[in-house]
Amino acid sequence: MAELSFTDQEIKEIDKLRAKFPTDKSATLQILWVAQRKYGHVEPEVQALVAKTLDLPESHVHGVASFYTQYYKEEMGKFVLDVCTCLSCQLCGGYDVLHQIEDKLGIKAGETTDDGLFSVQEVECLGACGYAPMVQITNGVYANNLTEEKVEQLLENLRQGNMPEFESMVMRQNDNRIKAAK
Amino acid sequence: MSKDWKSYEPLLIPDIPELHKIDVYEDNDGYKAFREILEDQDKWSRENVIEEVKAANIRGRGGAGFNCGLKWSFMPEPDDRPRYLACNGDESEPGTFKDRNIFEFNPHLFIEGALIAAYAMAVDTIYVYIRGEYIDWVNIFEEAAEEAYKKGYLGEDILGTGRDIEMYTTYGAGAYICGEETGMLESLEGKRGYPRVKPPFPAQKGLWGNPTTINNIETLANVPLVINNGADWYQSIGVEGHPGPVLYGISGHVNKPGVYEYPAGMNVMDLINDVAGGIRGDKKLKALIPGGASTPILRADMLDGVGMDSNSLREAGSMMGTAGMVVMDEDTDMVDLLWRIAHFFHHESCGQCTPCREGTGWIEKILVKIKNGDGEIRDLDLLLDLTTQMEGRTICALADAAAWPVRHTINRFRDEFEARCKKSVHAMA
Repeated sequence: MAELSFTDQEIKEIDKLRAKFPTDKSATLQILWVAQRKYGHVEPEVQALVAKTLDLPESHVHGVASFYTQYYKEEMGKFVLDVCTCLSCQLCGGYDVLHQIEDKLGIKAGETTDDGLFSVQEVECLGACGYAPMVQITNGVYANNLTEEKVEQLLENLRQGNMPEFESMVMRQNDNRIKAAK
Repeated sequence: MSKDWKSYEPLLIPDIPELHKIDVYEDNDGYKAFREILEDQDKWSRENVIEEVKAANIRGRGGAGFNCGLKWSFMPEPDDRPRYLACNGDESEPGTFKDRNIFEFNPHLFIEGALIAAYAMAVDTIYVYIRGEYIDWVNIFEEAAEEAYKKGYLGEDILGTGRDIEMYTTYGAGAYICGEETGMLESLEGKRGYPRVKPPFPAQKGLWGNPTTINNIETLANVPLVINNGADWYQSIGVEGHPGPVLYGISGHVNKPGVYEYPAGMNVMDLINDVAGGIRGDKKLKALIPGGASTPILRADMLDGVGMDSNSLREAGSMMGTAGMVVMDEDTDMVDLLWRIAHFFHHESCGQCTPCREGTGWIEKILVKIKNGDGEIRDLDLLLDLTTQMEGRTICALADAAAWPVRHTINRFRDEFEARCKKSVHAMA
């Protein structure tokens, strides 16, 4: 494999991130993110690029990359479905969602479909407990309040390349005040 | 108090359209507290700000419930070292999803609170650390911070006072432990999120070895309210010992899950039945985890007259935590529930301390055994014994947080756990 490198544009972005911290080492997480957005994973050669860019030992970058779950240590599918099954999601059908996706795609959590389109992972609490069950797509958008139909639709939309949009979960306090006023 | 909650008007996230925009925030008395402080620095000396906030007794909303102003007072006198405020938006305790609402709906209230904190502690650099999964909220928040820079509330020569305060937003990459304050500092320094041995405490040696205070996002959002209205007014909201508004995140088997803002000390049954619309499918309430996964579970029969504040919950046998209330109906399988919580803590243990690294693993293994019907009664006592060997024996509180649910769920639902175990095959002495 040819040696990896960042473009001038990316180096500019990296310099902006470095400027947030008094030491370059502190930017490790952020530069790993830049690298993952570019390459889709942080396999060892990507870690080496980050280490070289920040003039840090590869062992440090590897230590960081392997500590945090959101960094992909190997190549993943185009869409990574992170299914939350933790506590509130467990109570509200997170495992049903996981199993439905597994059945539909014919893979188990931790695997990627042969066409490279989908990976499925079971993940810990994503902070969407009131909108359970839910899935996060490739470290990005949250798909909330899932039902069997919504999961079906989500997979279909992704197959066609349509990523769901950010969904604002409006506070429901107003409902209560209207009720209270009566 | 619980009588008048229906007429309560939210303060942290009031119902004002487009409040996340700085113009709208300013039109609604936004940045008034910060301006007033800067304009009258005799009245609002650093010491006076800290005293007022201390008197208000804002209990830290990240879980520990420590008096915010008191924490500020631990910062040493300024010397030639940099000083930091690190704002904790890691929000990873299962059942907790409140701070994201501040980023989304009222980010400037938090920024203003952070600015007041920075002023009071003579801090010139603020870091806002948000969990990596919240990337959409990171972007939303960064826009708000950008607006605050443009308006001169952040950056150099703030509002013409000659004072500089920088705010840097950054984010994690998936690790519960980075919500532990020193784990977060390590992560901010670009390392694995290993909690630090204390002492030295962050106020003495925090970010890059310099004085640092760590506050939760919701905690800081309370600060402008205190400056605008005074500590006495703040104390009049909520209950004695736990004043102010609270963002209650209600999830699980309720009809209307979500984040709701009401005074601290709200009756738990009012929150479950009236605010969150009661239990789904007309089922009966079985149990409540009041403040995130690590807080001890309470059976329905333990909830009579209990309020969501630290004193009332302690008397009831639990803790306030993050006020992330997880509600369970009568069909909930407590063995499955506890196994999943144990799996979480096993997964999230950073691995530094043996009692936690090994203990969380063994707890999960034994619970899997019980869940699958292969457990024995004595495994339950083994689990309880394990919890005492973990608690208080590690660098940070993750081992405690992993131990409490095990101990209390087994003790409070022992019948259910015993029913899943095999019958004894040999007599026990």
